[in-house]
Amino acid sequence: MPLLLLGIVTIAFCISRLIPANPLVSIVGERAMNNEKVVAAAKTRWGLNGSIVEQYFIYIKNLLTGDLGTSFRTRQPVTDDLLHRLPATLELAAGALLIGGVGGVALGAYAASKKDKPADHFSRGFALLGSSLPVFWIGLVFLFVLYARLGWFPGPGRLPPRTKPPDHVTGFYTLDSLLDGNFTLFRQSLYRLVLPCVVLGWAYMGQLSRLVRAAMLDEINADYVRTARAKGLAERLVMRRHVLRNAWLPTLTILGFSFAQLLTASVLTETIFQWNGIGSYAVQAANTLDFPAVNGVSLFAGLAFLLANLATDVLYAVADPKIRLA
Amino acid sequence: MTDVTPQNTWTSPWRRFTVIAGMIVAVFWLIVVFTIQWWAPYTPLEAVGKRLQPPSWEHWLGTDALSRDVFTRTLYGARQTLPVSFAVIVSAVSIGTALGAIAGFVGGRVDGVVMRLVDVTLAFPPIFLAMAVAAALGPGLRNAFFAMVIVWWPIYARLIRGQVQAVKHRDHIQAAVSIGATRWRILRKHVLPLSFTPALINATLDIGQVVILTATLSFLGLGAKPPSPEWGAMITDGAQFFYQWWIAVAPGVAILTVAMAFNFLGDGLRDALDVRAKR
Amino acid sequence: MSMSSTRPLLDVRDLHVRFAVRGGQVHAVRGLDLTVHRGEVAAVVGESGSGKSASMLAALGLLDVNASATGSVRLDGVELLRAAPSVLRSIRGGRIGMIFQDPMTSLNPVLEIRRQIAEAVITHQQVSPRQAELKAVELLEMVSFPDAARRARSFPHELSGGMRQRVMIAMALANDPEILIADEPTTALDVTVQAQILDLLRSLRKSRELAIVLITHDLGVVAGLADSVHVMYAGRIAESGPVVDIFHRPQHPYTAGLLASLPRLDRPDRDLTPIGGVPPRLYEAPVGCAFAPRCQYAIPSCLEGEPALQSVNDSLVACVVLPFAEKAAEVAR
Repeated sequence: MPLLLLGIVTIAFCISRLIPANPLVSIVGERAMNNEKVVAAAKTRWGLNGSIVEQYFIYIKNLLTGDLGTSFRTRQPVTDDLLHRLPATLELAAGALLIGGVGGVALGAYAASKKDKPADHFSRGFALLGSSLPVFWIGLVFLFVLYARLGWFPGPGRLPPRTKPPDHVTGFYTLDSLLDGNFTLFRQSLYRLVLPCVVLGWAYMGQLSRLVRAAMLDEINADYVRTARAKGLAERLVMRRHVLRNAWLPTLTILGFSFAQLLTASVLTETIFQWNGIGSYAVQAANTLDFPAVNGVSLFAGLAFLLANLATDVLYAVADPKIRLA
Repeated sequence: MTDVTPQNTWTSPWRRFTVIAGMIVAVFWLIVVFTIQWWAPYTPLEAVGKRLQPPSWEHWLGTDALSRDVFTRTLYGARQTLPVSFAVIVSAVSIGTALGAIAGFVGGRVDGVVMRLVDVTLAFPPIFLAMAVAAALGPGLRNAFFAMVIVWWPIYARLIRGQVQAVKHRDHIQAAVSIGATRWRILRKHVLPLSFTPALINATLDIGQVVILTATLSFLGLGAKPPSPEWGAMITDGAQFFYQWWIAVAPGVAILTVAMAFNFLGDGLRDALDVRAKR
Repeated sequence: MSMSSTRPLLDVRDLHVRFAVRGGQVHAVRGLDLTVHRGEVAAVVGESGSGKSASMLAALGLLDVNASATGSVRLDGVELLRAAPSVLRSIRGGRIGMIFQDPMTSLNPVLEIRRQIAEAVITHQQVSPRQAELKAVELLEMVSFPDAARRARSFPHELSGGMRQRVMIAMALANDPEILIADEPTTALDVTVQAQILDLLRSLRKSRELAIVLITHDLGVVAGLADSVHVMYAGRIAESGPVVDIFHRPQHPYTAGLLASLPRLDRPDRDLTPIGGVPPRLYEAPVGCAFAPRCQYAIPSCLEGEPALQSVNDSLVACVVLPFAEKAAEVAR
């Protein structure tokens, strides 16, 4: 695992140093190239006078102190930028996981119990649609239909225009406004969460439902299910108490992977819904060739993914009684 | 008293329908890619009427902000998105297969190195890696191609490696070794053909994903640049001119048809080739 | 079967079970007739594929969706095969209890055994969850489960095979059923544990006047427990009769073959004589007697249609080559 971390860091380093024509440009930016002082400072800070190996070690050293470089665009340390925008993305991800998770399990369980009937085909079609369309397109369509045409939901943005955000405690506008006692703000921010969370969770929900369905169908033919029926239990109870309870274990295994997908999709969703999170930061960085920022985001993404996988392993160990009691 | 009730999924009506539908769509797009210049109603880059017109008899899918015919542009978009996507898949599969086969067959140190590389590459969510590489290389479809190949090859390396390892121990391979066949020959003639089926199935199913990734990179400004009619880039336009819904809907639907078509084809392939697959 | 002239508790008539499979249909049970009386232990014996499990599963409606059953299965006059789902559910676990072959996979791995037994109780009795759990511990004690009160909270994977099977029995008997269907209850267990479980069944049968349908391929298990034996081959009864008759004076060549293939302590020198060949696959109906291809006494008329069940002393035999004892002596000569 630590090896993996090192690998991630190394890859990011390679991308930032070895690929662009002039690595110096990737650190100070096109515009600052003429500024002697900035260039000199950068050279020292990042060891650009030395060999590539020296640069690598200095890079690692800076990393360990949390120094990811300075963004060209915002002129702020990348680390600060990331931390500032993290809550927005987390709020979105949490909502999407909730909606997608609950929806996915429910849909999958329902499809399993109604195997080969219309409901099952619907869930399969739903999943297929989710994986055959780019997330940003789904977002646009949703926005268009539900906001522009039907007016059921507010437009893009975390808050209505020209509204002041609540006092920063967690960075989650919903939580913070609750803590503030400001219920209007809470409602507004919650309302604006719905659409992007649904869009973000859409593909996840589709995938999860297929997985739950498959896991349940695996269990449905298990011996203990037959025993449950032989005891005289109603079918619905059999499904819920026996099949589902055993089936959801494997769904944990995709949690890590789904998280990566969520991160990916958040890049696009944040762009469409004008959400000020890490995803949109990444896009702006990539578009303006803001290398330190791009680098920083990649590292962050890799790290987040790693952590998610770790969490999945832990969760799985806790949830399976065979492992838990060992 | 024998009552034959066939349960073979290959001939189940739904499977047949989807596979045929998939083939029709795939062939359609193939025809478009190669012949569109001869039968398109307009050209993709010139202004041909009024701006931002909704769909009509003259312009089946309306016009965009620069008065270009959306229908034509959508069809021409296939020429941008599809060849790149196919190139990515073919390259990724080739590189992945080569490295994975060697890693699986040779084992030891080589295997370790290749697998570390695979793990590290797969540790990044694909978009971020692709974005980083594309940003480093600069915008443009060609650089997006490189970025995507880098992101995609590890999946196949891992797949083929697993297959090769499983096949390696089968009896007839041992037999070939015992009669003195060189490792290269064994790899080529015996191991690889057996290992390739899952890769082929996976690749077909993946085409849709690559198409979406291509469009995504373009959407974010990292792939094709305007005025290219690439589907992702068209959706970016569409996002800007939000109320002219036809500009974004058309390329989206195009992507949908391609992704679904190859998804169905992949499923059909899986049913036909992989007898061990449970459904 | 003239064991008693009272109405049978379980009455199976002309039961057919068919499975729709890839490539055709399997006719697993081809006209089964079977009766079980109150308090009787009826052993159903046969090789794998003989249809013995499928027939009992069909009775309770526990087969997969690709199975279809025709004929009649009556529990004390109530027709089970076409019963309404609610009726069937009240009988399952209520009037008929069932235990299965592999207790490890037949118990839910993520639920405590106490909960699983309590679930059986709650499904059929109007008691509170607390009472059901107390009852569960009682039931565990009844099946001689060691340290019941404390260990009721265990999970299945923490128990040994014998203990798991006791849990299954406790679950099956939770609502005082009239019949216990035991599908290969000891097959997955060690020999010593087998004996314990059989003892348990024997004592339970006596104390609760329980009828047992004992499905097994192991004749040794049958000898110690059964009152009557029903030998199945290729989906039909080959021979059925009182246990003593079956063991000492088998009439059907298959039964004789089964007995001959058993190792015996009192004749250690004798070679084991297995029955040559394999049972038929039942995709198509066999021509004539299904056992004929493997039978050393077969005559041409064996292939002219399925032999009907004939009465021989107290048994029913489906064979045209009768009386068997004479035929066997003839061949031996």
